[in-house]
Amino acid sequence: MRLEDMYQEVILDHYRAPHGKGLKDPYDKEVHHVNPTCGDEITLRVKLSAGDDPVVESVSFDGQGCSISQASASVMFDQVNGMPLTQAMASVDAFSELMRSATETVTPDEELLGDAIAFEGVAKYPARIKCALLSWMAFKDAAAQETASR
Amino acid sequence: MNAAHALDVDRIRKDFPILSRTVRDGKPLVYLDSGATSQKPTEVLDAERYFYENANAAVHRGAHQLAEEATDAYESARARIAGFVGAAPSDLVFTKNATESLNLAAYSFLNATLKQRQGLALNPGEERFVIDVGDEIVVTEMEHHANLIPWQELCAKTGAVLRWIPLTDEGRLDLDQLDVLITERTKCVSIVHQSNILGTINDVRRVGEYARRVGAVYVVDACQSVPHMPVDVVALGADLVAWSGHKMLGPTGIGCLWGRSETLLAMSPFISGGSMIETVTMMGSTFAKPPARFEAGVPMTAQAVGLAAAVDYLADLGMENVYAHEHSLTGYTIERLLDLPGVRIIGPADDIDRGGAISFVVDDVHSHDVGQVLDDHGVAVRVGHHCAAPTCRRFGVSSTVRASLAVYNDERDIDTMVTAIRDAQRFFGVRV
Repeated sequence: MRLEDMYQEVILDHYRAPHGKGLKDPYDKEVHHVNPTCGDEITLRVKLSAGDDPVVESVSFDGQGCSISQASASVMFDQVNGMPLTQAMASVDAFSELMRSATETVTPDEELLGDAIAFEGVAKYPARIKCALLSWMAFKDAAAQETASR
Repeated sequence: MNAAHALDVDRIRKDFPILSRTVRDGKPLVYLDSGATSQKPTEVLDAERYFYENANAAVHRGAHQLAEEATDAYESARARIAGFVGAAPSDLVFTKNATESLNLAAYSFLNATLKQRQGLALNPGEERFVIDVGDEIVVTEMEHHANLIPWQELCAKTGAVLRWIPLTDEGRLDLDQLDVLITERTKCVSIVHQSNILGTINDVRRVGEYARRVGAVYVVDACQSVPHMPVDVVALGADLVAWSGHKMLGPTGIGCLWGRSETLLAMSPFISGGSMIETVTMMGSTFAKPPARFEAGVPMTAQAVGLAAAVDYLADLGMENVYAHEHSLTGYTIERLLDLPGVRIIGPADDIDRGGAISFVVDDVHSHDVGQVLDDHGVAVRVGHHCAAPTCRRFGVSSTVRASLAVYNDERDIDTMVTAIRDAQRFFGVRV
């Protein structure tokens, strides 16, 4: 059944018990992203360590949306929280690439993607790609804003 | 009115080629998204094709035979569409869609206001469209963004204040405060006839009495009513009535704005160019009479021809019959949804003064996820805020699932949807 291609068990697990949900203090930057077609939204906070090669000290988020957007945020948290920023950004890129896998040949990097690899089926549903990307793009935006302000 | 007789849905479905296709690995298509756009019968497709193959030319230009035939086709389409809603052809303006029709209405206020502030001469009757700072525009809390944002924009640019008629928890207009909301300050009242998200059919005549009493221009968004019930635009008591072609079995790319002759005559155009002029010099221009004044450029002729075929198709079915069919199916849908534990209807939960746009939420399953499971069953519905985000907010939801009905739907479609909803609940572990 096609439905299970998208809603992998690991995705439903993250949806039911999301990691990193609930806004945390302290933080450096907060962003608010919405998906205007469906009304899903996320508020995301990020804190980076000092120095030239910062570490993502803390990521937290809150928001509401479908199972795909909520599970994706949880998976994103696992892949970026506590990681060196360069690696976290590489995970964002790997996930963005995975979302293009319906039209491009993509070799998923399991190391960078972790549980996010389960979202490969979502890429087959163009209307849901934006749901999956919402939190990742919010993180990318917040981290980029914070880096630029330093 | 003659007693309605039942539509032969099986026969009607044969007129819509797309309804025989399958989706998602061979599932028969169950199309319950006609509120977004309706499907088109062969008659409409053939009319467009016939026009392009036999009479295509730019209308109202050229002296050759094709130009004459194309112009005849265009103006005859206008006459048939106007007749369908009880209007005179000269009072019917073709636009791109209802969104453009409503923007045309809103920009008429902006144009009049700018002309007045520049000290330019107004058209006869155009004073009604002039806005002073602090004047008010009244809409409702159940408007589609197309009948909200143009007015918000108008307010921002002119210093007018937007007010709105609130809703009851049942999803109907709360008309108790009408005399407080619609006052001497009110320059325009613009309300939806049938809500695209709640399905509510509003008492537009009653609201119109208040608008008329204070001399406000009265605009009705009839996008979801003209396709589904007999509508006599003149009898609605409005100055301007807007609707789209593609929601009433017609093509995309064409909409309508009906206006009272004197209202249209008062309005200045917001799109200018060829075909809408009288005389043009390098120093300035004068404009044609309506409807040409509002139809700059080569118009959407094949689409007008297609829309005329659509109204012929609907008129053959009989709009009383269309209404009766959809009304009874609306009642059936509501009944089936109310029977489902964990499903809540957003909007009137009965079939009184409501049409076949039926929104609901499924407890603990996001509407996007419900829509995905429905899609897996071949059921096409709309999910999200339906371009009515403030209405969703009013009911404390960020989105809903909406089933919207048309002449080609019947109880089997609803039964398939209900089975799919139960499957969604099962899939997401809400109910077993």
